[in-house]
Amino acid sequence: MGALGQPTLRVEDIAFHFDVSPSWFDRTVLRKPERTLKAVDGLSFAIPRGTTFSIVGESGCGKSTLARLVVGLYQPTRGSLSFATGSGSDGSVRTQMIFQDPYASLNPRWRVGDIIAEPIRHLGLRRAGGETDMRVRELLEIVGLSWRDAARYPHEFSGGQRQRISIARALSAEPEFLICDEPTSALDVSVQAQILNLLKDLQRELGLTYLFISHNLAAVRHVSDRVAVMYLGRIVEEAATDDLFERPKHPYTRFLLDTVPDLERPNRDRVPAVVDLPSPIDPPTGCSYHPRCMLATELCRTTVPEPQLLEATYVRCHHAEP
Amino acid sequence: MNAAFAPNEPPLDPPVLSIRDLRVEFPTRRGVLTAIRGVSLTIRRGEILGVVGESGAGKSLTGAAVIGLLEPPGRIAGGEIHVSGKRIDSLPRRQLMALRGKTIGAIFQDPLTSLNPLLTVGDQLVETIRCHLPLSRTEAARRAIDLLNEVGIPSPELRVGQYPHQFSGGMRQRVVIALALAAEPELVVADEPTTALDVSIQAQITGLLKRICRERGTAIMLVTHDMGVIAETADRVAVMYAGRIVEIGPVEDLIKRPQHPYTRGLIGSIPSLAARHERLAQIDGAMPRLNSMPAGCAFNPRCEIADARCRSDLPKLLPSGRGSVACWKLALAEAVEAA
Repeated sequence: MGALGQPTLRVEDIAFHFDVSPSWFDRTVLRKPERTLKAVDGLSFAIPRGTTFSIVGESGCGKSTLARLVVGLYQPTRGSLSFATGSGSDGSVRTQMIFQDPYASLNPRWRVGDIIAEPIRHLGLRRAGGETDMRVRELLEIVGLSWRDAARYPHEFSGGQRQRISIARALSAEPEFLICDEPTSALDVSVQAQILNLLKDLQRELGLTYLFISHNLAAVRHVSDRVAVMYLGRIVEEAATDDLFERPKHPYTRFLLDTVPDLERPNRDRVPAVVDLPSPIDPPTGCSYHPRCMLATELCRTTVPEPQLLEATYVRCHHAEP
Repeated sequence: MNAAFAPNEPPLDPPVLSIRDLRVEFPTRRGVLTAIRGVSLTIRRGEILGVVGESGAGKSLTGAAVIGLLEPPGRIAGGEIHVSGKRIDSLPRRQLMALRGKTIGAIFQDPLTSLNPLLTVGDQLVETIRCHLPLSRTEAARRAIDLLNEVGIPSPELRVGQYPHQFSGGMRQRVVIALALAAEPELVVADEPTTALDVSIQAQITGLLKRICRERGTAIMLVTHDMGVIAETADRVAVMYAGRIVEIGPVEDLIKRPQHPYTRGLIGSIPSLAARHERLAQIDGAMPRLNSMPAGCAFNPRCEIADARCRSDLPKLLPSGRGSVACWKLALAEAVEAA
């Protein structure tokens, strides 16, 4: 099979566990047990080249840990990641990441021009001097900033503008695969629209592949080809975007879609249920969603559901219906 | 929503909050920056007014001016703020402090930084209650439990003795709301109360705000950038842009039939859950900086229908439909100017 048929990323049964055990003293003297936090617990998916795969979920579901696993900031506890061949230094696709917090991801002591030029210089993509400067200017304009901004420092910019800088920095390395960890959650809606449109344009022009991680379901619907919903470290449902939004199968997906306020169908009389996400250190037995689930039965409390294919949707639920 | 809340009708009873031509300035070394440039609004008893806008539009500053918590060197440079008929912007600091908490409650974005990590939730509630109400320590403690119960915290008798870190994000925000309600204020200013929370928790908090508004008749100023939250929570909405209100009106009118070009762009740029569009409508450019405000309508450099007058004269906020809009391109604005 040619390189084009190969998915940009194939993830097989990947897991990452944090060791959150008490100290050696407490374990030995007080007999406290070892504890692990299963942030990511057995995920498998593949991202075809030139498409957008999105992960949605609430805080603590493990979506940012997954992003860090994919870029290699964490080594997986088990499972494997295989990248397609590309122009990276190790022969696989060149990967870049756009981080969630534009206040923490830019060096405050560097000028914006230097922040964007660093990957170009490090990877030797352009000749030093004029060519690099031209590329920095071009990148600033691609992300909707002015070329004059290259001489300024990050603190002079708003959160939205800083996120544009970090997108320019990611693009400067000429990546084939971009991991976007909540790239628009710090932005205003009109700016979010600009950024989402920009990401789509860049995908079309440069053939980029995206792993898009977000809690914003509407943004995810807009950009994605496939969507996976995560709950406590596991994918509970994965489907093509329209299937997932129009025919959700998992009770959690349905709950999320019902809860998000929508401008076209505002639900002003909703009576929200009081729920709290259970702790990932001590997840419920069986299906981890069962304490919140209306359909839960004895089977759900004891047995972890395996992913099953229902129509064109992978869903982890004992009671999923077509 | 009933007709009595329409902004153009004469008031039935005096509004809880009335802001008239508010101006907020920041003196800097390079001159005075005007962040709020003439904002007028009212909120009635039992009404939730949503204030939306992008970062830097001045929505949070408007809230801060009402609470009296403008960060120096920011100052109120003009206009009046009345709460329950009493003018508060000219009060000395000490009197304003007594008012804050008693008449005006405040809820902020980040529930972790608005609570003291070293005091139990109960101690913080008792301190606030006793600061404003003449109650003994035991009575205040009983009231603290009632408040936690009212904001929907399970087993409040147990929870009063716990510290903020023992609460989840949503529960912490409930504690912040309980604190804001401690002295039964007539007005609550909620600045991005759900922004730091997950959607499932967000629905609980907006539900709670609506219940408080309905059951206690509290007037709520809900400052947020999230139009979805506004659509489900507010009765009326004020859209702010570059320190001014560009459009204000009943929530369903404003969302279904936005009139100002900025409001139209803002609503169009929100991705929908119900359908997928190839491209989102986007408003190009960004809000002007405070030190380089364009002449005329502040939106004119980004506006597709702007003409010469938009670039020279500032449009007034004038009645249009059931709301008010500040735009020269609406027929009524031109007619009023001609008359």
